[in-house]
Amino acid sequence: MLDALLAALSLENLTLAFLGVLVGTIIGALPGLSATMAVAVLVPFTFTMDPSSGLIVLGAIYTGAIYGGAYSAILVNTPGTPAAIATAMDGFPMAKRGDGDLAVTISCLGSVAGGTIGALALLFLAPPLSQIALSFGPIEYFWLAIFGLSLIATLSRGATLLGLIGGAIGLLLSCVGSAVVGGDVRYTFGQTALLGGIPVIPALIGFYCVPVLIEMVIRPEAHLEQRAERMRGFRLIEALGLMWRSKVNVIRSAVVGTAVGIIPAAGGSVAGLVAYSEARRTSKTPEEFGKGAHDGVIASEASNSATVGGGFIPTLVLGIPGTPPDAIILGALLVQGIRTGPQLFTQQADIVFTFTFGLLIATLLMLPTGLIIGRYAYRLIVSIPKTALAPAIAFLTIVGSFAIEANTFHVVIMVTLGIIGWLLARVGLEASPIVLGLILGPIAEAGFVQGWLIGGAQEDRFGMFFGQPISLGIMAMTMLTLMSSGLFKRKAQKEQPS
Amino acid sequence: MKRNLRTIVVTVALALGASVLNAEDYPAKAIDYIIPYNPGGESDVTARFQEKFWSDVTGQDVVISYKPGAGGATAWSQLGGFDADGYTIMNVNFPHAILQPSIKDVGYQTEDVTPVYVFHYTPDAIVVRADSPHQTLQDVIDFAKDNPGALTFGGSGTNSANHLAAVRFGQMADVKVTYVPFGGSAPAMAAVLGGQIGAGMTYTTQGVKAGDQVRVLAIATEERLDIFPDVPTFKELGFDYVAGAYRGVTVPAGTPDDVREKLSDVIASINDIPAFQAQMQENGYVLVDVPNAEMVDWIAARKADYAPGIETLKGN
Repeated sequence: MLDALLAALSLENLTLAFLGVLVGTIIGALPGLSATMAVAVLVPFTFTMDPSSGLIVLGAIYTGAIYGGAYSAILVNTPGTPAAIATAMDGFPMAKRGDGDLAVTISCLGSVAGGTIGALALLFLAPPLSQIALSFGPIEYFWLAIFGLSLIATLSRGATLLGLIGGAIGLLLSCVGSAVVGGDVRYTFGQTALLGGIPVIPALIGFYCVPVLIEMVIRPEAHLEQRAERMRGFRLIEALGLMWRSKVNVIRSAVVGTAVGIIPAAGGSVAGLVAYSEARRTSKTPEEFGKGAHDGVIASEASNSATVGGGFIPTLVLGIPGTPPDAIILGALLVQGIRTGPQLFTQQADIVFTFTFGLLIATLLMLPTGLIIGRYAYRLIVSIPKTALAPAIAFLTIVGSFAIEANTFHVVIMVTLGIIGWLLARVGLEASPIVLGLILGPIAEAGFVQGWLIGGAQEDRFGMFFGQPISLGIMAMTMLTLMSSGLFKRKAQKEQPS
Repeated sequence: MKRNLRTIVVTVALALGASVLNAEDYPAKAIDYIIPYNPGGESDVTARFQEKFWSDVTGQDVVISYKPGAGGATAWSQLGGFDADGYTIMNVNFPHAILQPSIKDVGYQTEDVTPVYVFHYTPDAIVVRADSPHQTLQDVIDFAKDNPGALTFGGSGTNSANHLAAVRFGQMADVKVTYVPFGGSAPAMAAVLGGQIGAGMTYTTQGVKAGDQVRVLAIATEERLDIFPDVPTFKELGFDYVAGAYRGVTVPAGTPDDVREKLSDVIASINDIPAFQAQMQENGYVLVDVPNAEMVDWIAARKADYAPGIETLKGN
């Protein structure tokens, strides 16, 4: 292992890790340019490199991109990647009231802490933890998606009914296109471009970014509040103090992120939301969430960065990618002639450990890079006049939704959903429940139909859905979330006076 | 980034009237290679293998991008919208591109995506988890005979190669099995490894990836493969069955014949490189060579081969 550490610390690998984090962070910060895309575009460059160096650069880009999503979430209320959805919920209110610099710094510290814990799990516990991935079958995915949907009750800040309506709209949108299981074509209205369904990234940009842009144009006040005193640097001491007070939250969120990362198909968005909702449930001041609570930003960022290390666990041990960028890296590994699987940790251990140390170093390098880029990003957003900022962001939304598949139709979807999102926001329907429905709908549907088929084959559908230990655990968590939300509390209050 | 930069450079070069592209010097610039699936699957991996040798053969680069959705139909239905100049090429899979349009209206016809070259196939393989009680294919058949419908076969997608394979296996062995579609080969294998599914109706490549976590019971090749010396073929076991997912490269309809021929030659040359062959074979792929000139007959033969299975799928 020591050899591997020394190899990871070579000048070449250090430089690659640094450049990877830098490029990744910038790509992640631009809405639409996601971690998956960043990794896919850069894979061919790694073919000429030594396998472990190639892996380090891909891992560094990936981890940087997941972190970079926080900037646009905090400063423009637009998650740069789906993983940063929960970051926007408190990060943007913080920025709005003039604490954008602090929000950027704690998101960086949270990401470094979470990423480090995820990478350590990969380093020391990969083979045993990979079993988590295998214990999740169709039924567990179904219940996990239901659990995710129950978070709507927590996220909708009091207006539970409106939140549920938003979630239902999201689920309906997720039905568009060819069914995950069964292949039936639904709600495409003869448009072949809709066969693949509503693309998530353009929808994300539309629902979050377009309403912000419209508000920016129709309201006279500045985009972000600027405090009287000038730039206060990184506010690092203050941020470290907040981190220390939230250490339980940091560790819990990182563990959630690592575990969700291990479960294939769940990914950073689910991890961020679960950690966020847990942070809120256990918080002494849950009413502050959604209005700029530090713990909300910390929970989201610590958990989504931990999914990077977590996601590599099933990828390397089982050959089953934990997250979409892992799938590309898995392909790159095969091209490099590396065979994944349990034997990788014994036969080609030097490559695995050099890579893991490289990932760890990249995560630590995120601290200086993230703080510096964050400071300039914040300055840029507060100092540019709105007349320049709005067109610049509008341009980025179009580039971002076009770039994923070089498809103009995605731009149309982005703009259409954006206008619908703005109208819905005016009647109190927020973006998060809708997007949650869109992301979780296909997972729930596939899990349900597969579970139904398997249960039917075993002639025990009831036992399939309600008799599995992990499913029962997820159901219990769902109940807990629903009970701690406003859904039941308000009813109880109404009953009391009589 | 890289792709955009290249596109800009190439566009500028063209705008300056640097050259008029013709079949003589095809390819004279980088080619866009679209994969109709998510990255990491067989289509992506084989394209990446080709990418590594592409510039050695042509002197130009190939730029891979992804257009996933609807089991490939999203990309294939959009193929006609690209310039028919040979600089946008797309991966195309069979039986998918024959099954989908014959069962549902998916916005394209098989003829619209006729490949210029089919370069390999991933043979069908039945795999079980290493600790499964089924030691041989006969064990699986016996179990399925005694418990009609109770055996679950996990595979990638609906109306896909795996789905058709499950249907044809049921017909050949005269058993009733339950096919459970997943969103790709990897999640289907995860369900096999996790024990949620009885067996995987998948490809040899997945058997290689999972290593000794699984046991491969039979493979649908003409002869045994070097990577699985102990695994019998269906033929040895008495089933006349050689099948899998064939992958080729296609271009928009209307692409000039001489460009199709040139592209066909490029893919053929890559298939001839020993290092490429070795990499493909080690990972469970079986190389085939169906050039442009033989394609119409090849498609007709495939259609005839799939016809009985398609009738059953339509009835479902």
